[in-house]
Amino acid sequence: MRAFSYQRASSIEEAAKAAVGTEGAKFIAGGTNLLDLMKLEIETPTHLIDVNGLGLDRVEPTPEGGLRIGALVRNTDLAADERIRRDYALLSRALLAGASAQLRNRATTAGNLLQRTRCPYFYDTNQPCNKRQPGSGCAALAGFSRQLAVVGVSDACIASHPSDMAVAMRVLDAAVETVRADGTRRSIPIAELHRLPGDTPHIEHVLERSELITAVVLPKPLGGKQIYRKVRDRASYAFALVSIGAVVQPDGTGRVAIGGIAPKPWREEAVDNELANGAKAAAAKLLANARPTEQNAFKLTLVERTLSAVLAEARG
Amino acid sequence: MQTPGALDISRRDLLVASAATVTVAGAGSLAHAKTNTSAAPAGTKVSFTVNGERRELELDNRTTLLDALREHLHLTGTKKGCDHGQCGACTVLVDGRRVNACLTLAVMHDGDEITTIEGLGQPDNLHPMQAAFVKHDGFQCGFCTPGQICSSVAMLDEIKANIPSHVTADLTAPSEITPAEIRERMSGNICRCGAYSNIVEAITEVAGRKA
Repeated sequence: MRAFSYQRASSIEEAAKAAVGTEGAKFIAGGTNLLDLMKLEIETPTHLIDVNGLGLDRVEPTPEGGLRIGALVRNTDLAADERIRRDYALLSRALLAGASAQLRNRATTAGNLLQRTRCPYFYDTNQPCNKRQPGSGCAALAGFSRQLAVVGVSDACIASHPSDMAVAMRVLDAAVETVRADGTRRSIPIAELHRLPGDTPHIEHVLERSELITAVVLPKPLGGKQIYRKVRDRASYAFALVSIGAVVQPDGTGRVAIGGIAPKPWREEAVDNELANGAKAAAAKLLANARPTEQNAFKLTLVERTLSAVLAEARG
Repeated sequence: MQTPGALDISRRDLLVASAATVTVAGAGSLAHAKTNTSAAPAGTKVSFTVNGERRELELDNRTTLLDALREHLHLTGTKKGCDHGQCGACTVLVDGRRVNACLTLAVMHDGDEITTIEGLGQPDNLHPMQAAFVKHDGFQCGFCTPGQICSSVAMLDEIKANIPSHVTADLTAPSEITPAEIRERMSGNICRCGAYSNIVEAITEVAGRKA
């Protein structure tokens, strides 16, 4: 691990100011992903700003009838929150499908959204990777790509986004609230938070340097049947090959987002309209522009079958 | 051609030489960090409670909680397995919650209460979970065991606190203690010897005794 300086921030203003004034600074909250990458020198911050003392750790009702989830709410606490379990069961299910209990006890809501890909070539510093080292090439295209993305990919990168929670947030149309170094605040729809790789896979989201996520806001509950189905190589503690978050209403309408197949939680609103026509039609629409490798082409079939299982469960 | 004598360097000489190299390299990297940043130096004071005892340390910022416990406080019961949060051997309790000590910096725990396997029980005063692991043969080589035991103690508290799991059928009902629940909730602790079935039996017995 490279050496770095460290400070405990006691206010949002202090954190933002430190971030903008120090080249190579990064925020650290749970640290479960950042420290892992720092040990491998994939992440090499020169300064860490510990934001754990900022108090952004509450889940509060909004005037619109939704919930505002503080950026530092731990995955365990969010999954166990009575209101989330009752009104946003999909989110609770997605969180509980991710990582291990030890990791969920540390991992935060904001950190989960910004976690990096688990592409094996991103992690292997002996291999080319355009995300880790722009311009070096992509070893995954002709390599072990079983876990990697089939939609939203580019010639430069086929990394998949590993989050389960983000898939549920995308179904629920959550909004990400941030504060910038100059104190201005903004709200970013979750659909617009992550960028597709294109020619710049190292730029993964629209946040500015030193912009800090303060909360994630859920709109008022959608009701309906809420399902999160995750398909993976082990029954527990493994990343998704394919996962589906769904809210299905009694009349058969609904919305779905898919995990494990794209560089961001994947949802196309047009596909929601296809749900009434069954899994085959919806999956065909969803995967119309898919660019799988030989090793991950099975995901096209797996998406259709998982969606079929989800819709059957919703009817039952 | 070298004479045999030229290779006759004692192990102690080698250790001295390599330690000197490490010292120089360490000092160099710290100095480098200082020139790169305008803020704090590369070391930070931290004060926390470990097994009920107040400890104050000044640590290189890079020191994980795991290394602080093992290398600085010499509490070697907590094990370093993968050092990447995948195996669970380093599981300790921070303010009563189980965490991977390898994936958190020691300096991030100012004021926290940390419990390690040494704090749960001692050879002549075993924690009920330690006694149950012995009784049910819940280990073979024993390397993952401190992590398994810390994890399982916290896990039963999580069920008591009604924290659901991936296999909980009804999110609005109280959590139950079943073998399926125990297996899912313990999936962050890997046992390469494969003592899983006995581990589940040990935990089940303690859970039953508690209930």
